[in-house]
Amino acid sequence: MAETQALPLPVGAAKPPVRRSGWAKAYFGTPLNSMISLVSMAMIFFLGKLAFGWLVLNAVFSGDGAACKDSSGACWPFLAEKLRYMIFGFYPFEEQWRPLLALTLFLTSCLISMIPRFWSRALLCAWLLVVLPVLYVLMAGGVLGLSSVPTSSWGGLPLSFMLSFIGLVCALPLGIGLALARASSLPAIRVLAVGFIEIVRGVPLISILFMATVMLPLFMPEGVTIDKLLRAQVAIIIFAAAYIAEIVRGGLQDVPEGQFEAGSSLGLSYWQVMRKIVLPQALKKVIPPMVGLFIGFFQDTTLVTIVGLLDFLDTVRSALRDPEWQGIAVLEGYVFAAAVYFTFSALMGLYSRFLEQHFRVTHG
Amino acid sequence: MSFLNDMRFRAFCYQIGAIGLVVAAAWTMFATASDNLAKQNIATGFGFLARQAGFVISETAIAYQPTDSIGRAILVGIVNTVKVSLLAAILGTVLGLFVGVARMSRNPLLARSALAYVEVLRNVPLLLYLFLWYSLIIMVFPPVKQALNILPGVYLSNSGLVLPAVFLESGAAIFALLICAGIAAAILIRRISQQRRVATGKSNHGMAFACLALVLPPLILWALGLVSFGWDIPQAGRFRLTGGLHVRPEFVALLFGLLLSVSASVAEIVRAGIQAIGPGQWEAAAALGLHRSRVMRLVVLPQALRLIIPPLTNTYLTVFKNSSLAIAIGYPDLVMVSNTVMNQTGQAIETIAIFMGVYLGLSITISLAMNWYNARVALKVR
Repeated sequence: MAETQALPLPVGAAKPPVRRSGWAKAYFGTPLNSMISLVSMAMIFFLGKLAFGWLVLNAVFSGDGAACKDSSGACWPFLAEKLRYMIFGFYPFEEQWRPLLALTLFLTSCLISMIPRFWSRALLCAWLLVVLPVLYVLMAGGVLGLSSVPTSSWGGLPLSFMLSFIGLVCALPLGIGLALARASSLPAIRVLAVGFIEIVRGVPLISILFMATVMLPLFMPEGVTIDKLLRAQVAIIIFAAAYIAEIVRGGLQDVPEGQFEAGSSLGLSYWQVMRKIVLPQALKKVIPPMVGLFIGFFQDTTLVTIVGLLDFLDTVRSALRDPEWQGIAVLEGYVFAAAVYFTFSALMGLYSRFLEQHFRVTHG
Repeated sequence: MSFLNDMRFRAFCYQIGAIGLVVAAAWTMFATASDNLAKQNIATGFGFLARQAGFVISETAIAYQPTDSIGRAILVGIVNTVKVSLLAAILGTVLGLFVGVARMSRNPLLARSALAYVEVLRNVPLLLYLFLWYSLIIMVFPPVKQALNILPGVYLSNSGLVLPAVFLESGAAIFALLICAGIAAAILIRRISQQRRVATGKSNHGMAFACLALVLPPLILWALGLVSFGWDIPQAGRFRLTGGLHVRPEFVALLFGLLLSVSASVAEIVRAGIQAIGPGQWEAAAALGLHRSRVMRLVVLPQALRLIIPPLTNTYLTVFKNSSLAIAIGYPDLVMVSNTVMNQTGQAIETIAIFMGVYLGLSITISLAMNWYNARVALKVR
């Protein structure tokens, strides 16, 4: 489920020779090229016409389900009416400003944290001590006069972001620990780490989710129950940790052996060498692939709908099943959900490419 | 207390500690679980595999009746999983090769279109696509009663595509035997012709002869009338179609979703692999007078293949694991059958252990097979 990693392009790699010439030559240089251009244009025109017709020309902009039923175009009233439900799920209607505020705060904090110049210990502390607690209080309530909202009412887009983001944040230290254990010189610890990583990577995420939702309660002492949301979150953390461990391992292998030996010869302990010398170098190298991994996890959180959590894909699907709109706005709902996922994933993909460029420039 | 500072002693202690911790955790979990199971009167052990399944599986590649055992039902699930992921991997790779080549086209329009194709597939969750394809099939095609009869014997409806099926009426054993013999002969001929070519430097028509060896034996057999084929033509009844080969919408939606996602990954992998081969290789081959297509086939691709195989292995492992999303749209793969078994017997631990074990085993098999192939194409360092 996690993404296949694209091959790293060696520095100086180039495309097969391209003859640079005019605009016309690029499109109509040879008969074959002209044909390709014409066929591509025809296809783009056809798809564009189809999309424009569906989205605008034949679309219904006002009215209800009955009006949409007679039209072959998109049903905008469906989106307008169901938008709040699709984004926030069953969160109490009057309290929905809270997840909205949380979402805004989260996205703004993310935007600020994406700028490499701001990366510092202070930013990390701000996330852990301010942003995450505030987000939690906003969502759960129960203090400061905010009414308490149980996790079973959480849903929609905030839930999707939470599952993937908290998953990554908690999986990161776990994954780094696993990678260190896998690179350890102690055989027993290495075997345990390899076993964990390979088992988790060898099975689909859905099986780990099943384990967490169906099997885990059997392993708990009587009377102890764990929140359903928390169980799914734990499954995602375990899954993410194994994949992060493999990426970090790649970074660790890139750090020359001499760095470790030099640190040891200065009298630093294993942990000091790792924390101050090896990990900073290794982690810097793996930030771009880590962003790529995060895109994968963001998409993989959709799987929690199979074990009955109300993530964004699930709220969209249940909006489609609303008796008033059933069978009328199927395409509309899925296209909207796809557009939302596409926007966030594509933005993160762009960011990943920016980081690669950034590190190539600043760290040769 | 000098031994406390002894590195070897400390390493030993750490390892014993780690193992002890894992064993203790496993033991506690095991004890609690068996305690809980005993209280809830749930049986343990794998005895349930021999019990009668009693549920229907909508799609069976091997013979199965509800009266068969649960073990057989799980086997049906495994075969379904392998069937859909194998088909998706093969078709997706072929499609992905075309898209990857289009990505590198000198025509900007084609290259951009291919890029858009890849981005649209990679940035939207696979599960969403599965739901979308499935509901589109259900929505667009008419119900069974008004099935479209597009060709004689071919029916299309929202419960799937029904095709006439071909089957062997007689001579199945000798037919299979001759096909195996043909494959062996083809491999042998190709190997000999390759040795000859290397020895003499002249090209011979080894490939053509090999193909001939492959198709000739079955053809002769058919011409002699030793085997005969039968047709199973679907019949349109009042409420349903009977007979023929039934391709179900769940299968089509899953196959389509998986193969598109494979094609997007393969396209990117192929492009990255080919672009990683430096321009010097192209120029050197061009200087030798090779045509662009031959440079690609004889010089660039063999080198790119080495870079392509490892990430391609990852893609195949991913599609195999992603086929478990079948449960969301109701294709009876391993996970879905296991889920039914779990609900029926209540033996969650054993069932989950079985399907995780099967996935692990098959994942390792795929890895080994691809590693073997990778070792074959890898650069020989002497």
